Amino acid sequence: MLKKIRFVLALLFWAGITLMFLDFSGTLKCFLGWMAKIQFLPAILALNIGAVLFVLALTLLFGRLYCSIICPMGVFQDFVSRIAGKFKKRRFKFTPEKRKTRLVILGVFVVLLVAFSPLAALIAPYSAYGRMISSIFQPVYMTVNNLLAKAAEHYDSYAFYGVDVWLKSGATLGVAIVTFLVVTVWSWKSGRGYCNTVCPVGTVLGLLSTKAVFKIKIDADKCVNCGLCEKNCKAEAVDFKAHTVDYSRCVACMNCIGVCKKDAISFSKSSSKSSDKKADEPEDSALRKTLATGALLAVSGVVKAQEKQFDGGFAVIEDKKIPARDCPVKPAGSRSLRHFSSHCTACQLCVTQCPNNVLRPSSKIENFMQPEMSFELGYCRPECTRCSEVCPTGAIEKITKEEKTSIRAGHAVWIKANCLPVNDGVKCGNCASHCPSGAITMVKLPENPSVEVPAVDSERCLGCGACENLCPSRPFAAIYVEGNEVHGDM
Amino acid sequence: MSEKNINRRDFLKMAGASAAVTAVSMMGCGNQKTEEITGQSTSSKKEIPTDKMTYRTNPKTGDKISVLGYGFMRLPTINNRSARENGGEEIDQETVNRLTDYAIEHGLNLFDTSPAYCQGRSEHAMGIALSRYPRDKYFISTKLSNFAPQTWGREESIAMYKNSLKELQTEYIDYLHLHGIGMGGLEQFEKRYIENGVLDFLLKEREEGRIKNLGFSYHGDVKVFDYLVDNHDKWHWDFAMIQMNYVDWKYAKRINPMNTDAEYLYNRLSEKGIPVFIMEPILGGRLAKLPKHLAANLRERIPENSVASWSFRWIASHKNVLTILSGMTYMEHLEDNLSTLCPLQECTEEENALLQRVADEFVNFPLVPCTECQYCMPCPYGVDIPGSFSHYNKCVNEGYISVSSQDENFAENRRRFLIGYDRRVDKKRQAAHCIGCNQCVSHCPQGIKIPTRLKDIDDYIEKLKQDKL
Repeated sequence: MLKKIRFVLALLFWAGITLMFLDFSGTLKCFLGWMAKIQFLPAILALNIGAVLFVLALTLLFGRLYCSIICPMGVFQDFVSRIAGKFKKRRFKFTPEKRKTRLVILGVFVVLLVAFSPLAALIAPYSAYGRMISSIFQPVYMTVNNLLAKAAEHYDSYAFYGVDVWLKSGATLGVAIVTFLVVTVWSWKSGRGYCNTVCPVGTVLGLLSTKAVFKIKIDADKCVNCGLCEKNCKAEAVDFKAHTVDYSRCVACMNCIGVCKKDAISFSKSSSKSSDKKADEPEDSALRKTLATGALLAVSGVVKAQEKQFDGGFAVIEDKKIPARDCPVKPAGSRSLRHFSSHCTACQLCVTQCPNNVLRPSSKIENFMQPEMSFELGYCRPECTRCSEVCPTGAIEKITKEEKTSIRAGHAVWIKANCLPVNDGVKCGNCASHCPSGAITMVKLPENPSVEVPAVDSERCLGCGACENLCPSRPFAAIYVEGNEVHGDM
Repeated sequence: MSEKNINRRDFLKMAGASAAVTAVSMMGCGNQKTEEITGQSTSSKKEIPTDKMTYRTNPKTGDKISVLGYGFMRLPTINNRSARENGGEEIDQETVNRLTDYAIEHGLNLFDTSPAYCQGRSEHAMGIALSRYPRDKYFISTKLSNFAPQTWGREESIAMYKNSLKELQTEYIDYLHLHGIGMGGLEQFEKRYIENGVLDFLLKEREEGRIKNLGFSYHGDVKVFDYLVDNHDKWHWDFAMIQMNYVDWKYAKRINPMNTDAEYLYNRLSEKGIPVFIMEPILGGRLAKLPKHLAANLRERIPENSVASWSFRWIASHKNVLTILSGMTYMEHLEDNLSTLCPLQECTEEENALLQRVADEFVNFPLVPCTECQYCMPCPYGVDIPGSFSHYNKCVNEGYISVSSQDENFAENRRRFLIGYDRRVDKKRQAAHCIGCNQCVSHCPQGIKIPTRLKDIDDYIEKLKQDKL
């Protein structure tokens, strides 16, 4: 019964979060946004006290239910492990806790986090899961959607609309693939190995769950030492011979209760007996492996998107290229570069939600995988505040449309050498006519008054990238956006 | 649609029969229109009563003028086309006579022409048609059309007036217009009527009874209009002609910056007690051929009535309108207008509101006359010009354009417009990418101001996206 409840809840959470990452239309976020906001690490970063206290209280009461219900990465491993179980039944065996490794990894993680290094996000469970879904599975989902949109178009229906599928960052895709492979293989072999060795959230909650009120207990009197519980414990935390459970690793999945034929196992109030097992085993280079392979794949992962073929009737349009920005542009709501990079766990939820193809994970080491803006395929539209609505960590704080019109996330810079009126002598001004804040005026060029060129009032510029996106100069626009280190107010 | 509900105009369109052929077949039927056979009707046409014409009274003379006036500007030619479009062809006098007979039989009694119409042959044709009737059966309206600089002289202008009397085979003119005041501004008005003393001459003719009513017809510079109305006390205009219909009421200036909103013109004339003649009641046919969904709005309300009839009813519902001039080339135009105004059913408040909505949409979302000939392509900046226009036109025609976010089906229409545009035109080739370099304009055989129209489309998209409609 308990197992069934756990299973249903876990399925709901997992499906909800996964669908939210897949859904590019931004509909589900309205109903399911809270599921991302109660994720432990994001909640801590967002100083979402309510959510943090909830998770802590949950753990102190019932152990690591968070890991087996709320965490999408945990539930994902359970799925993999379940499938593996079809091939090889009762395959787990108690192993002692690798406490040292866990604590070292946690320590390094905390240090990285405090030092504001985005590398910490590599092993954070929720964001690692988000990257897998956004980088690997959302494109698949979108492709299927596009096929449906094509079909819909054929039947003159507007139920589906096509979206652009494009490679946002090779490096991040590489990391996501490595994460996916490592986690899948590991959980195929030994269930919750990742959670109980690498995952920093698992370690922290594990420390608390040893003190939980309700725990799994084996009644030694009823136990016939059949060993079924141990063989079915995906956390490899049950030691049937000793009739003990390692509570720092038990995720309260209730599987053991279900398999015990003698009703010897219960989930009940704990006595003060400690059953922690300790062992020293200096090993597990999973993190290092992850990092190493990740970097490797990152290099090979940069694949150029396919160029389009055009009809004879159209002038060929060269794809726009990303200009060299001195300062990355972060979405309105992120307050400052520093605020942003110290809060973002690179879960990619904002990237999956961006309807204008603006946000993409960075490939630069100093803010690796954290989203940044660029305007080759679209620009940050004035009516859209989706990224700020979904961000669970507070890296992008929630803003309204009205607030957005006064947040200066960047400023446009004019490049005379690329400007069409200067070079081709045609009349342009597309940047000025599309600037939503009216920051661009066309002025006469001093040396040639017949030529009008844009002049940017940085104090009014929001850094939305409309000018850069709509500039006819290709592949490099004649006007581009530099990020503001601290987002100003107008 | 049952056959009963098919209006004549539509039926013709559907049958694909040319109007000319019908006009000829009408002749065969004579004036006997409907044959009621017991039970079912063999024809959808309802008989137009001959004694139900709506009349307006001229406050000065007390004359009863039919609210529908016959404009002799678009007379049929022997090849059954309008003489306006085919000026070179000979006027089909026989048909003109027959149309005149039919009109008079149904109570129409005002006929309008000008020395300038149909390459100068309109007055002559009218003279022939009308002289077959006693002079007190009809009212003649014509104009002093001394536009050309060579006719600005006193003698030339007076000669033109005298010639009108001759061509029209009459001793006097019931309504004489100073023709097209406002064209060329005050300066030209002075030259045409004041400096040469022609206005004084005409005032004298009025005193002597050869001109029963003296007025003016206005196009163009509103200063001239204001000048004439301001000097009403001096010249005592008996009437004035303006362009008015439910679109021009508030949007004349939007359609053509040279023009003035009819609301202003009509109200100014009414304040002064000057009766109003109306021209362009259906905007040169455009209000008879509304975009499909707008036409459907009107049809849904009264299925039997033509789209054009709405404009006539709307205009005639204004009390200070003396007569509405309509250039009816074909019998079915005449029949349709007669059936609308014999008798007039005034527009209700609700119908006025409906027409205002139609006008809003008509003027805000005019079709782009793009034939997709591709002459403008390739745009050097990659914009898909014909694709953008064709998508826009499709949305206008199918009624997917919204005037306000409060519209019924707004969300659905927004989706159709935006998703449809992405499907039709690659994002990189959409209207937002037009830089207004104007290189395409000279290539367009339709004379479309391509960058302006693309900007309109882009502005509309912005409004949809930003929820600012």
